[in-house]
Parts: sequence; structure tokens; C-alpha cells
Amino acid sequence: MSERARPAFSEGDAEEETDTGRETDTERKADAAEPSVESDGVEQSDEKPRTGANAVVTALERAGAETLFGVQGGAIMPVYDALYDSDLRHVTMAHEQAAAHAADAYGIVSGTPGVCLATSGPGATNLTTGIADADMDSDPMVALTGQVPTDFVGNDAFQETDTTGLTAPITKTNYFAQRADDVGNTVGEAFALAGAGRPGPTVVDLPKDVTQAETDAEPGEATTPETYNPQTVADGAAVREGARTLERAEKPVILAGGGVIKGEASDELREFARNYEIPVATSMPAVGAFPEDDELAMEMVGMHGTGYANMATTHCDVLLAVGCRFDDRLTGGVETFAPEAEVLHVDIDPAEVSKNVYADVPLVGDAATVLSQLDAEMERAPDCAEWRDQCQRWTDDYPMDYATPEDEPLKPQFVVEALDEATDDDAIVTTGVGQHQMWAVQYWTYREPRTWVSSHGLGTMGYGLPAAIGAKMAAPDTEVVSFEGDGSLLMTIQELAVAVRENLDITVAVLNNEYIGMVRQWQDAFFDGRRAASEYSWCPEFDKLAEAFGARGFAVSEYDEVADTVETAMEYDGPSVVDFRIDPAENVYPMVPSGGANGQFALSEDQL
Amino acid sequence: MSDSENASETGNESETAGLRGPNPEERPRPDGQRNRHGERIDTATDAEQEPRTAVVSALVEHEPGVLAKVSGLFSRRQFNIESLTVGPTTVEGHARITLVVEETDAGIEQVKKQVEKLVPVIAVGELDDDAVRAELVLLKVRGEEPDKVHAITQMYEGQTLDAGPRTITVQITGDQQKIDDAVDAFRQFGIIEIARTGQTALARGDTPTTPGESPAASAESTADDTTNAPTDTNDD
Ligand SMILES: Cc1ncc(C[n+]2csc(CCOP(=O)(O)OP(=O)(O)O)c2C)c(N)n1
Repeated sequence: MSERARPAFSEGDAEEETDTGRETDTERKADAAEPSVESDGVEQSDEKPRTGANAVVTALERAGAETLFGVQGGAIMPVYDALYDSDLRHVTMAHEQAAAHAADAYGIVSGTPGVCLATSGPGATNLTTGIADADMDSDPMVALTGQVPTDFVGNDAFQETDTTGLTAPITKTNYFAQRADDVGNTVGEAFALAGAGRPGPTVVDLPKDVTQAETDAEPGEATTPETYNPQTVADGAAVREGARTLERAEKPVILAGGGVIKGEASDELREFARNYEIPVATSMPAVGAFPEDDELAMEMVGMHGTGYANMATTHCDVLLAVGCRFDDRLTGGVETFAPEAEVLHVDIDPAEVSKNVYADVPLVGDAATVLSQLDAEMERAPDCAEWRDQCQRWTDDYPMDYATPEDEPLKPQFVVEALDEATDDDAIVTTGVGQHQMWAVQYWTYREPRTWVSSHGLGTMGYGLPAAIGAKMAAPDTEVVSFEGDGSLLMTIQELAVAVRENLDITVAVLNNEYIGMVRQWQDAFFDGRRAASEYSWCPEFDKLAEAFGARGFAVSEYDEVADTVETAMEYDGPSVVDFRIDPAENVYPMVPSGGANGQFALSEDQL
Repeated sequence: MSDSENASETGNESETAGLRGPNPEERPRPDGQRNRHGERIDTATDAEQEPRTAVVSALVEHEPGVLAKVSGLFSRRQFNIESLTVGPTTVEGHARITLVVEETDAGIEQVKKQVEKLVPVIAVGELDDDAVRAELVLLKVRGEEPDKVHAITQMYEGQTLDAGPRTITVQITGDQQKIDDAVDAFRQFGIIEIARTGQTALARGDTPTTPGESPAASAESTADDTTNAPTDTNDD
């Protein structure tokens, strides 16, 4: 045997390549029954020797991983071979990007890092979008990538890319595994770090010789590196100052960020807000941290946030921001963001404090801990009944509402509400990116953390379907609905094959406007209606495509078909796709144009 | 809230509702304003922050890739960096990265926090103005007037490293001002090549250069451990 390492003509050849001159994994498996002498002269016994790859798998098991998402390939084969004997559940995805999104969603829903795997080169590069997405949203995730053997690294070897170089700016940290004896501990550390403090993605690049090499080393307890010591308890003096500031506030607002959910602080947030009767606005990643049907809920702030949330944050005099990074889609122009508010900023990541918005009172620590600290320090509630009335008036003044004229096509908002009504309160929503994402966040009433799974910071089209797969794997008994745009779904629709294979009971609701609608909306508003490349009338018929994948497919264009079809789709035990042909002219409002003042949100195009 | 408001709607009744409310110009506006750093300002009196030069010292795990992580951070976050030097410390496995940055106060705070956030970074400190700082420069000048070159070299307490008929190479060390002045002085001979290291620095006296750093001397220098070190190590 011994096809030496050479550039292969096809992927098939590649997988058979034996860079080190040893047998391929498949051959070794077949030979394992009989003692054999490997080409490098090493005696092989009945008992398969433990390798770096076994250590990787053991480390994952010990760290508490249960489900992995990935795609096979030459450089990662030793790890898959080790998985063959493991109880870890592996879900083969159709594309590595989807593996990363599924792992990301798994992490969001379960609260423990999701794991994805890919081979070197194209496998690793395909993961990068999903890694970047997890990084922007601080989602706990571990990506394991195969790499060419150490001796080949740097030579532009077949399927080599500099994965640690590529992923350095989009990971919490990354590792290049160097020794089989250490690789298990490295993977354990990557897992622990991904979930610790401010969560985020980590990458371990695994050269094939490292995973193939024999080692007896058993990975120890998965621990974070010594240099990583996030501060969990806020400085006492700052807490006192924060409490005094809040007590004397006349117009306070709590701004909950995604950190409230990551830090499992939703209960503390609810208690705190209700104790002191302070209105609560949320960033998009925090949707679900505070129940949207609570009378203190102002819902989402920012570009497509509610009018009342934007009025409240613009006019408040004290803003208690918790686990929020003041993204520009949230703040609008920073000059006009809560311009009169003293800012109390709770965050476990000191680098977020005063990054975009200066914090008058920095409260570095864990969200739940700091909220309890503040609560313990508060001597009275702020006197702000009048402010609450004002917030209520804004809620009445700027209702989230839409028209449903009979003679016009389906309104997407109506579809979102119909699905909300047909599902349980704890149903999980995932989305693509675009107008449909905004309608899904605006017109669904979220009540629980970890029920809203979306691509916030990176804004990745195609996130919804793979995320639905990851979410369903993490919460098999919970209903999962994925809202998709026609453009977004087309980007990762191949994952329907995976949903069918795994028989995942998810419902994909396509809000199909035959446009990449969000782009069309901006073109109409800011580019004189020149709809360059945004018309998607060429999209396939998603209901038929769903059937071709083996899922159920439906197409709906009338109001009176909505309820029945939703019911049938929900009842179907397996993936279903409902292609809702919605009004192509519908736009997302309110809207704060990029860099604009949140309080000046437009309610229609002529207000932009 | 949105839900309940529309709960009674069905597709069969024609509705004319939609987003309502006062137009943007009819809404109250707050008077306050922030600057681009997100600080509340009085627009009448408060000026924009001016950039200043800061020397930041980072103690890091001496492992491959750490320099790439730090320098990558600088370009990605658009920090204005003047120089970066790196070399081993007295503690085995540790290295010090000295960064000179020109940023506003807010920018410098961000630099420190972002560097500190990198996992292989142990501690970060900003040095006081009185810190001991030095830079090294090698200058190659034309060799036609060796005596004059020598005089200038002596004036800057430098050393001649190489002298030939056509070129003379000298080394000068000192603070940035001294180096700048020396370079200016050598211009008259025609500078052929120049190599500057960028500043490196330590806190004065007993003060640790980065917080928590133990200034205890170690006998075993780690000169041999630089095999894996980033290539631009500058340990003179
Ligand atoms: C991967 C990727 N490419 C491009 C974009 C830019 N983009 C943002 S929204 C959008 C339109 C999305 O269209 P669609 O999925 O049909 O949703 P709709 O807005 O119509 O609801 C595009 C192209 C993006 N966010 N992600």
C-alpha cells in the first residue's frame, strides 16, 4: 500500500492519502483483528493503541460534551475514528458552516459549549463564518479542525490553511495542538474556556500526526488557563455608588443585554426590575431575558426596536446596562444615545466597559452576582411613578401594529403571530437574517431566555435552519420554529437533508417576498429604488424542494389558509417547510437609519 | 405587548391600522449629547480628547503565536501603534511586550483592556512618565569623514560597530528624544541605512512594571528559551 503524500487529483484520492506512509484508518480497522506490522515497522497488537485522537474524544466526554456537529475529511479522520467507539452523538451536517451554526445554537439553547468538527483546509474555512458568528454573539462553542501533519505545515500542503491564523481574530482563543500527550488537555481547556466568563468560540487545530500518534496520557479535569480569571464580584464602592445613583433616578431604565442570558441572570433581572419597578428594555440578543408581556417590558431597543423602547432609552436619566456591548445597531449614533443618562454598566468583560458608551459607574462582574449585590445595597426604590406613566404613554402612542387588508397579499407580521399562537410559550425561534428576522423578533412574544436564537452581531444569512437543527438537538422536547427569508434559506437549505435524516420535528416558516427584502428596503429608501441584484423571483418553490428532501412542504398565500396549514405543519412529526408568499412590498418599521438618533425612529419610509 | 394588540385580528376583516404615533419632529428631544467616546459632554465647553503617547507593558506567556495575537489585535481594532518590542523576562516561559501607542485616553484604556483580554496575556500596565525607557538604533553612514562621525558618536555616547573606507556603522541607545536628535545629527554624513528597535521600558524603582509582577531577580536567564520565540525579539 503506500501511496505517498502527493497532491491528489480528486477528493476521493485525497482521503486515501497516507502522508506518513502508514495505513489509512479504514485499512487499519480491517487489519486490527490480526496482529500486523505497519509499514514503519511498529508492531500492532489486538488492543488498538490509544492515540491523540482518543485523548481528544475522552477530553470531550469528560468536559461534558454530548452532541457534536461536523463533516468528515482526511485530516480529521483520526478523530472520527476515535468517535466510532464513543458514546458521543455525532450529527453529520451537509456543510461545515451549518455545523458551526448548529453547534452555536446548541450552545445558546443548552448553555454549554456546542462542538463542531471539520477537516483541514476547506473544512476549516467553511467553519469560519459560524465561528465569527459565535464570536460576535459571545456564544460558547468549540471547533475542532483537522490539520495537515506537522511536518507539512507551512508548505502549502494539500488542504492546508493557516487555521489558527484565520481564526485568531474571531475566537476567544485558539490552539495549535503540538503533542499527542497534551492534546487531550488542550481540548479540555478549550471547552472550559469557551463556556467560562464571557463565553465565546475556541478552536483547536489538530495536525494529523498529533491525533494519530500513540499516547497513554489521559486528559485531566477540563480547566481554564491560569491567566484567565474573570472578576465575578463587582467592587463594593462601585456597587454603592450604583445603588445611590439608581435610588435618586427619576427616569431609570434597565437595558438588558445578551449577557443576562449567558450569565443565567434572567431571574435576578426580573426580580430586580419588579422590586424597584424599573422599565426594562432589551438588546436583540437579550430577547426573552425579560417577559415581553410584563407591564415593565419596553421590549427591544435599536434600529428596529419598538418606538417605546427607543423613547424610554433616549429620555432616561439613569441607564442600568447589564451584559450589553452597546452595538451600533442598538445605540444608533452614540452622540444621541441616552444622551442625558448616567450609565451604570454591569459586564464580566472589563473591555466592554466604556468601549462604545462611557460608563459613569463600571460594575465589572458576573451579571447575576452584581444584580444581587446591587439589590442588597439598594435602600429604596427610585421615585419614578411618573416616568412609568410616561413609558406607558409611549407604549400606547407607538403601538407595534400593522394592517391586514384583504385585497393585499399576506402580511408577514400576521404569519409570525399565527405561529406564536399555535405554539407553546417556551417554543424556540431561530431565524435567518433580514426583514423576516425583524418581524420574528417584533411580532412574537418572547417570555423565556434561550427561546430566541438568531445571528445578531454578524448578521449571517442562512443561520436559521442549521440553528434550528442545533436547537432541536439541545432541546428535543421543545417546539422549534425557524423563520427564514427566501434568500436566507437558499444559503443553507441543504441542511434539510440532515433534518430529515435525523427526523427532527422543526417547522421552517419561509417569509417569501421574492426579494432579499432587507436590501430592497434599503435600496428603496437610500438608493432611489434602484433594486440592483435584490430581486429573488428565481428562487425555487420551497414546498416542492422540501418534499424532494423528504420533508413536508406547504405553500400558503391566503389569510384563511394560514391557521390550518400551520396546524398541519406543526402536527407533522418531522421537518416541514411552509412557504408563506407574503406581501413583497412590506417593510420593517420602526426604523432608525444607521447612525441616527434612536428617538427619531421612522414609522414609515417618508419619515426617513 | 405587540401580540395582545393584534390578538383579535383575523385575515378576514380589513384593517387599516399600522404603525402610528407622533412624527419624529413632533417628539420631545433631550438636550444632552455625547462625544464619539460615548461620554456625556457639554457641547459649549467640552472639547474632543487629544491623543497622547503611552507606554504599555504586557507580560505574556512566551508561546508561539502570542505576538501575532497582540499585533493582529492592533490592526483589527485600529489602534495607533508606534512601536512594539518583545523579549524574555527573568521568569522562564514569560515574555514582555512593550507597546508605544498614540491614542486618546479612552483609546489607551481600550488598548490595555483588549490586550489584557488575550488569553496568553498575564498582566498589563501603563508606565508612568518617569519610567526608564530606552531604544536602540543602528545607523550606517558614509565613511568619508571618520573623525567627524566619531565625534558625533561620542557626543551621543554611542559605539562604532563597523568602520570601513566607505561606510561606518554606529549604535546609539537612549530615550526617544536622544535617538531622534542623534539621527538628525548623523544626517549631515548621509545616512545609508537605519534600523530602530522601538522603545522598551521598565518601571522605576520597586514598582512592578505590570501589576502583580514580582520583581524578584532570577539567576537563570532564559536566553536559551528563545528558540520558539517570536522572531522580532529584541533583547540587547
Ligand atoms: C451571508 C450574508 N450575505 C449577505 C448579507 C446582506 N444581507 C442582509 S439582509 C439581506 C437580505 C435577506 O434576504 P432574505 O433572506 O430573503 O430575507 P428578507 O429580508 O427578504 O426577509 C442581505 C442580502 C448577509 N446579512 N449575510
